[in-house]
Amino acid sequence: MHSLTPILSTITAAFLASVVEVVEAFTIVLAVGVTRSWRPALTGAALALAVLAALVLAFGPLLALIPITTLQFVVGVLLILFGMRWLRKAILRSVGVIALHDEAAAFSKETAALHQLANDRRADYLAGLASFKAVLLEGVEVVFIVIAVGAAHGQTLYASLGALAAFVLVVLIGLAVHRPLARVPENALKFVVGLMLTSFGIFWTGEGIGADWPGADLALLAIFAIVALASFAMVRGLRSAYPASAGGLAR
Amino acid sequence: MNVIRLIAKEFFGMFVDDGSLALLALLLVAIIAAAVKLLALPPLLGGALLLVGCLAILLQSVRRAARGTNR
Repeated sequence: MHSLTPILSTITAAFLASVVEVVEAFTIVLAVGVTRSWRPALTGAALALAVLAALVLAFGPLLALIPITTLQFVVGVLLILFGMRWLRKAILRSVGVIALHDEAAAFSKETAALHQLANDRRADYLAGLASFKAVLLEGVEVVFIVIAVGAAHGQTLYASLGALAAFVLVVLIGLAVHRPLARVPENALKFVVGLMLTSFGIFWTGEGIGADWPGADLALLAIFAIVALASFAMVRGLRSAYPASAGGLAR
Repeated sequence: MNVIRLIAKEFFGMFVDDGSLALLALLLVAIIAAAVKLLALPPLLGGALLLVGCLAILLQSVRRAARGTNR
């Protein structure tokens, strides 16, 4: 149980976080492919994946040179910042303070922009660039998540498997339904991922400063439960304190 | 060069959305780490304070954002 907890939570965190990012990138690539043609869409995506692979190959081995407690502390702090940013956004979206992210709108916006460029001689180049940028920028986040949730406990392989599963799942569903994945409940996913990343961050930063958490890895579940309860309480509290902004729901 | 700048900008944006949230979280970590290493605060207590502190900072940030839209 003690060794299974971090493995399962690592795979789940990497999978859920990657689903969100892959959906965002895939929506743009799909818009480029459908509107213009698949050649620039796939070329741009492939080039971005090559750049991401180069980044991983360049920076990945450097991690092995860092002492594990230092790595846990640094990765933990970065995960606290990253996770709390997602959590804050998800809470504010849940209470309607900021708008929900709409993949259908993103798809429409991208296709409209590409239609405007239809007669432009550089259209293929610009379409490929749009695909490249989308995959590169969302991919950077996936790479960070895989390195961060995997490296501190030497589970980069499991984190990579979670991210790979997310990629395969999104591409298969996307190709099957052949339209933007608007039905993916992105804010609910972001909420869960924000909770997981923040919990990972607190757990590893604590280990980095020398804390022996009671129950070892199982403490991660307790931290997750506390962060989740507090976050849901914040959502409830904000909904009653600021009813004017309420109206959005965590999809 | 543009690609590197693009990646750097995206990477920074991954951690900083609400500037004060990021700054307060960093301050909290720095104070707790210094208290553990220099003032012999028990590390487990430091971890517990980190958990409580992060939630307090998150609460302050979301309340401020909600207040801002209700003005």
